Amino acid sequence: MIETHDLTKQFHDFVAVDGVNLTVQSGQILALLGQNGAGKTTTVRMLTALLHPSRGWARVAGYDVVKNGHDVRASVGVLTEQHGLYMRMNAIEYLDFFGQVYSLSPSTRKSRSDNLLEYFGLAEISRRRIGEYSKGMRQKLALARAMMHDPGVLLLDEPTSAMDPESARLVRDEIARLKSSKRTIVICSHNLTEVEGLADQIAIIYHGRILLQGTLEELKHKVFGVPEYEIKFAEAWDASGLKLPSGVEMLSQTATSFKVRVEAPQDSNPQILKALSATSASVMTFQEETRTLEQVYLKVMAEAKGPENVQ
Amino acid sequence: MFNKLKPVWLVAGRELRDQFRDWRVLTPMVILVLCFPVLMNEFAKQTVDFLNQYNANLILDRLVPFSIMIIGFFPITISLVVALESFVGEKERGTIEPILSAPLDDWQLYFGKLLVGVATPLIASYLSIAFYLIMISGQELTIPPLSMMVQLILLTTAHATLMVSAAIVISVQSTSVKAANLLASFVVIPVAILMQGEAVMLFWGNEQVLWLAVAGVMIIALLLIRVGIAHFQREYLLGHEIDAINLPWIWRTFLSNFVGGAGSIGDWYRNTLRSVFRRILPAVFIVVLIAGVSTWFGYDWVIKNVSETIALASPEDLKRVEERVRELPDLANLREHFSAPFLFLNNTRAMIAILAAGLVSFSVLGVLFYMMNIGLLGGVFAILELLGVSPWPIFLAGVLPHGILEIPALMIGSAAVLYLGVAIVTPQVGKSMGEAILELLADWTKIFVGLVVPMLAVAALIEAYVTPGILLNVLK
Repeated sequence: MIETHDLTKQFHDFVAVDGVNLTVQSGQILALLGQNGAGKTTTVRMLTALLHPSRGWARVAGYDVVKNGHDVRASVGVLTEQHGLYMRMNAIEYLDFFGQVYSLSPSTRKSRSDNLLEYFGLAEISRRRIGEYSKGMRQKLALARAMMHDPGVLLLDEPTSAMDPESARLVRDEIARLKSSKRTIVICSHNLTEVEGLADQIAIIYHGRILLQGTLEELKHKVFGVPEYEIKFAEAWDASGLKLPSGVEMLSQTATSFKVRVEAPQDSNPQILKALSATSASVMTFQEETRTLEQVYLKVMAEAKGPENVQ
Repeated sequence: MFNKLKPVWLVAGRELRDQFRDWRVLTPMVILVLCFPVLMNEFAKQTVDFLNQYNANLILDRLVPFSIMIIGFFPITISLVVALESFVGEKERGTIEPILSAPLDDWQLYFGKLLVGVATPLIASYLSIAFYLIMISGQELTIPPLSMMVQLILLTTAHATLMVSAAIVISVQSTSVKAANLLASFVVIPVAILMQGEAVMLFWGNEQVLWLAVAGVMIIALLLIRVGIAHFQREYLLGHEIDAINLPWIWRTFLSNFVGGAGSIGDWYRNTLRSVFRRILPAVFIVVLIAGVSTWFGYDWVIKNVSETIALASPEDLKRVEERVRELPDLANLREHFSAPFLFLNNTRAMIAILAAGLVSFSVLGVLFYMMNIGLLGGVFAILELLGVSPWPIFLAGVLPHGILEIPALMIGSAAVLYLGVAIVTPQVGKSMGEAILELLADWTKIFVGLVVPMLAVAALIEAYVTPGILLNVLK
């Protein structure tokens, strides 16, 4: 579990992270989104007990990042922005070195290393110098290093960057598997589609401050308001006579479609469908208006930058 | 304990393996180990032939120890590059963060780097020395005695430790390899000067002095290690990305520490200066003790070493010296040459020299300068006694009137330097090394400006206008 309160980091006059409050339960994935330099890496570094907060506190895996830095580092697996690989080592030596750093027994080191190399498809090239690896292979090896000591908390900075679609899928599957085994995971990413698929919680950071935080649905709701649905017909049909349940507002209407805003979709949508089926309308599709995380993110960022950026 | 040291070996082992896989490190080291002794041997042969023409046996005797020192030194200079980039190089390559994120203590990381930084050049140096000794064993040259060989090996070890520990301090504090390499001159130049001094000592052949040199270099090397650990911060390695001298920030930090929030000069004296004086009080007690010891050493050394020279001097020489001592000084001439501003500037310069020496040696050399200054008093006392002149009236008339301010000023100023040195080697939680040094310099300046300068100014006035008159009356 990760908890932060008023987490702040200041370098001389520059405030890199400003009053961040987060709670990530075990078995949850939090995605930190934001521009480069927004404060994501500084936040992660504070959660790894590498940087001391200037104000506020953070607890990771039950340990205070200031008082128990050693324990925090032992409980966390970190995938850094740069891979941090020793180019003259081979993959086996590299994982074994970090296994020793994390005080794993020789047999554990061997079995973990073999499994991870096999899983990430690096077993065949494990005796080649890391310097000869492609970017994607290096990323996979760095991820294997972060998982080598089987940490309870994973902090992953751009976990699938530079990877081919197949490898990225592999990593996403692994992250999902780790989540189901009750690990706490924080991902910093610019890949919003990936975040949409993985994250339970999303926090958007701008200039060190969290602008928006919550589940994807909560974020959409906060940014765009209540969801909108479009109902399309196979043939022209006049919907003006349709009796809509309370909490549903008609927004627009054409000959073959109409749009509604629904405050409580789980209650109202079945009623709308029921009302339509009682008519002669030939319903072709009943679809929520697409509102992606990308749209949410772009709108939030545009608002944060000032009214002139809002489209 | 073994478990605590295990990560140190682990970090060092990985680095060592990395180095031995890098031809850029290996090649110059192999060349230096194998070629330099051959070159030195050839140079020695030519020198032997040349000096034999002039029967300069003394220089020949000292040539081998000198060559050993130089041969041992060269591999260290090349390995300095490895030590210089130990932390900052990893930072630039992006490999530092995973290892910093690991559950290793700061000292384990630091010692791992230090160990490999010292071990590699030392192995190369020892091999090089061994190779040279094998080469010269079959020649006319005299191999130094065991005690001198031990001194040379220790001196080589001290050089390596000194340079590598300084290089690692630079590596931790730098933000790029380029900056670290530029700062390397702060290591190479002082050590080169040190080597020249040691070469003189080797040719002088005074074993006792050479032992002192070995001890001195070792002490400074150990202090440098202490400084490195005290100021090693994971945060500093990650938090600073740009090589820029932030002069406004430096000035602001210094000024705010110097002023200390005081609203007026009275307030500054009452609160800011008093607070820093309280902090240096233990150092003041120590320098007072040192003063006693130094005076005694100065007195004792002169009694032991100069009395023999006086005993050998002819009665005419002695009489001449005594007459000169008793000769009444020309007061007007004295005032012309030793005016109050001259005396003030001279003493101020001495205080700044003590600070400068203390800054580069964590107060060791600064305190040494202070000891020499104070020791002189004991020496002069002893000389007067040996000449049969009662020292007390001269001391009371010629030193006490201005010395009552000048000596405490010297003591307080030196105590501030001692405090500065001790504080540099002490961990300063939450402060970067730059911040800590700026604060300490501000503390020293407070003492210097608020106490030492006024005391020295008054002392200079007394020394120029009051002391000569009193001394003259006493001598009459």
